[in-house]
Order: sequence, then C-alpha cells, then structure tokens
Amino acid sequence: MKINKILDAKGLACPMPIVKTKKAIAELETGEVLEVHTTDKGAKNDLSAWAKSGGHELLKYEEENNVWRFWIKKG
Amino acid sequence: MMTSKEVTQKVFTKESLFILDVRNAGDFADWKIEGHNFDYLNIPYFELLDGVEGIVEKLPTDKEILVVCAKEGSSIMVAEMLSDAGLNVFYLKGGMKAWSEHLEPVKVGDLKDGGEIYQFVRIGKGCLSYLVVSNGEAALIDATRMIETYMEFAESIGVKIKHVFDTHLHADHISGSRAIAEITGATYWLPPKDAAEVIYTYQPLTDGKGVTIGNAAIHIHALYSPGHTIGSTSFIVDKKFLLSGDILFIDSIGRPDLAGLAQDWVGDLRESLYKRYRQLSEELVVLPAHFMIIDELNNDGSISEKLGTLFAENHGLNIKDDNEFRKLVTENLPPQPNAYQEIREINMGKINPDMDKQREMEIGPNRCAVR
Repeated sequence: MKINKILDAKGLACPMPIVKTKKAIAELETGEVLEVHTTDKGAKNDLSAWAKSGGHELLKYEEENNVWRFWIKKG
Repeated sequence: MMTSKEVTQKVFTKESLFILDVRNAGDFADWKIEGHNFDYLNIPYFELLDGVEGIVEKLPTDKEILVVCAKEGSSIMVAEMLSDAGLNVFYLKGGMKAWSEHLEPVKVGDLKDGGEIYQFVRIGKGCLSYLVVSNGEAALIDATRMIETYMEFAESIGVKIKHVFDTHLHADHISGSRAIAEITGATYWLPPKDAAEVIYTYQPLTDGKGVTIGNAAIHIHALYSPGHTIGSTSFIVDKKFLLSGDILFIDSIGRPDLAGLAQDWVGDLRESLYKRYRQLSEELVVLPAHFMIIDELNNDGSISEKLGTLFAENHGLNIKDDNEFRKLVTENLPPQPNAYQEIREINMGKINPDMDKQREMEIGPNRCAVR
C-alpha cells in the first residue's frame, strides 16, 4: 500500500485526532492514503464513522502498545 | 457547564432538558442519558467541525441544552460554537465517563430502633448499592469501585463501616467492596459458591448468617437465593427491607447466563423467585441491586417497591408455566454487559487493570435483567 501522508496525533484527546485527520485528508487527492497514529481509544469508532460519513474508506487499522494506526483512503 | 449531579437532580425531579449528544451514532444507540422529560438530538461532533449552522434550527430556544460526549473535549468544542451562535448551552462535565461514575445517595427508610438505610443510585449505569447505618456503625452492600464516595459519605454522617457485602460475584461492574474492607478494616463477606475462583480471603456468607450493626441490633439476615449466579444471596435487613441483589428487580428479573450456565441455573432462579421469596412477608420493601429503565424510579429518585406489589405486577414473577419461564430467561436475552468476562476476573482478584481500563470496561448499560 502506498502511503501519501502520515499524521501523528498521538497524545491528543478527542476531538483533536479527527480535527487533524480532516485537515490532513483535505490536503490529499482522491485515492491517496493517509496513515494516522493516535493514542485515543475513542478514535477507533469515531474515525470509522467519520470516514464513512465523509465518503472516505477506512482500509484497515491496528493496535500495538496502545498506539492505534489507521489507513484512510480519500474518497 | 453542568455536572452529573445536577443532571441527576433533573432526572429525579422530571425536569425537561434537551440533550445534544455528539458521540457517534452507535455509541448513542447503545447507551445514553435517560430522563422522563429529556429530548435528544444525536449529531456526531465530527460532522460539526465546519460549523453548527446546520443544526441551530433543530435546537430549542425555550429549554436548557446540554451537549454530551464521551469524555468532554468534543462537547466543549460544540458548546462553544453554539454559544457563539447565540444559544444558551451547557456541556456535561467529564462527559459520559463522569455520568457512568456518578453515585447519588438517597435515603430509602428508617430502621426500627434508630438508624437508616441509604441507596446509592448509580444513575448512568443503573447499579444500586446500600449503606445500612445504626448507632455509629454501617454495613455496605454491593459497593461500586467509586469507593471514596461511600467513605466520604460514611464520614459525613459519622459512621464507621464495619461490614462489607457482595450479594454475588458481579459481572456488570467492578466491585469496590474488597478495597473498602482493606482500607477501613471492615469484614468482607461473599457467598462461597460464587467465590470458587477468587484469590483473596473473605468471610463466607451462607444462608441464615447474620451480622449486627451498631448497638441497636439491626439484623442483616442472609437468604440463599441462587439463579443469577449459583451463590446469589439476598439480605433481609431489620425484618423490613429485602435486598434482592440481581435476582429480582422492580420491573424485571435476573438473567441466569452471565456466568455461563443459563440452562443449569434456570431451575434455581425459578425456585428462588417462586418458592423462597413466596415464603417471605409481602410487606418487605424490595431494594434491588439494579434498575433497568428510568420508569422504575420513585418520585424521590429511589428504587424500591413492596414485595407484595411485585408479586402482583412484575411479569417475571407471574409465569405459571415452567417451560415458558425457561424460555424467557434463556432465549432472546439482551446483549451481555460490556467486558463482563474480564469484569468477573477483576472481581475474583485475578487481574488488576489500571483505572482507565476499568472505566472503559464498565462503559454502557448494565443489562443484568430479563423482562
């Protein structure tokens, strides 16, 4: 998977991970992929719901040592 | 800003409130702040990042608006935007996390020879715990993990906690009983049949066991009433109150499946509800360990009802046919409580996750009943 941009949102509390993700996605072209790192557990459900409502695709996510990583394809 | 305590008072007094819940739709559908006269709008905060113009017209101008999110960060952001748009709004301090942890003490009755019994209403999650007080001493039953609340309350009314009980090994919330016993030096009682796997010491709470609180001989009498778990035990306090644990609720009955043995325990549940409880005085005031719906609250916010009334009105006590009863309590059960297996392991003393993890496990409604 080609990743076009990485956003480090670790240590940020809700709503900042989504606020930053939204800004970062806006700077990408359709079809490009953003990788997001966050330590906010609540971001999991919110990011997938946000991606859906915005027409983006949450390709996958994984968790390691309390850091969540998300890959979102701009729609 | 509005605190959980203030929102609780609005629930108790049936005030109206408009709740703008900015969590995602799934979390809102699963669990929200309930009130008799509360109205709701659920719009996730991430749909409001570009502005609130789209929702202003959906919000009332003649009642208070409370913005709610999981922890509080997003609700502060949305409340500020709405405030800039000219609306009078509050955010919930601490969000649903604080709501889940709020305990409201309500006095539910007097004891014969002086003394009182208090119910601690965990309004956001539906858990109920009890403090029986007499002559400077107290017994605490089914305490939640918010142990400071009980200890501060006991201190404020000048009583010392001498005995701590769990009616059963809880699966829906983390017990604070053992921690309080360790701090106060109180004796911790647990039904031995629920304690087969626990790794700490406790006093076995068996049928007929009694303790006395204070000089006034307030008797707490244990009544073995299995069914929700194999050890589930009820208490009769002062021959007046029946603490029914998770066996009998106001508008529902306990579910037998949370320790994995629904089919085995359905017979016990039936016997406890239809035989053992039937032998008790109908004048006993039932004080359960949970409420499920806000309609179960009395006007003062307490949750209680005479046993005789429940025999007449609680559907779960009025099923004549054994098979029908078995079906009710083993089929089509509501979803199990969040993380209930891990919660049981914490209550057995097997694991001890940090406070954040404990909070997260307890998120959501309790779901201990079948209706």
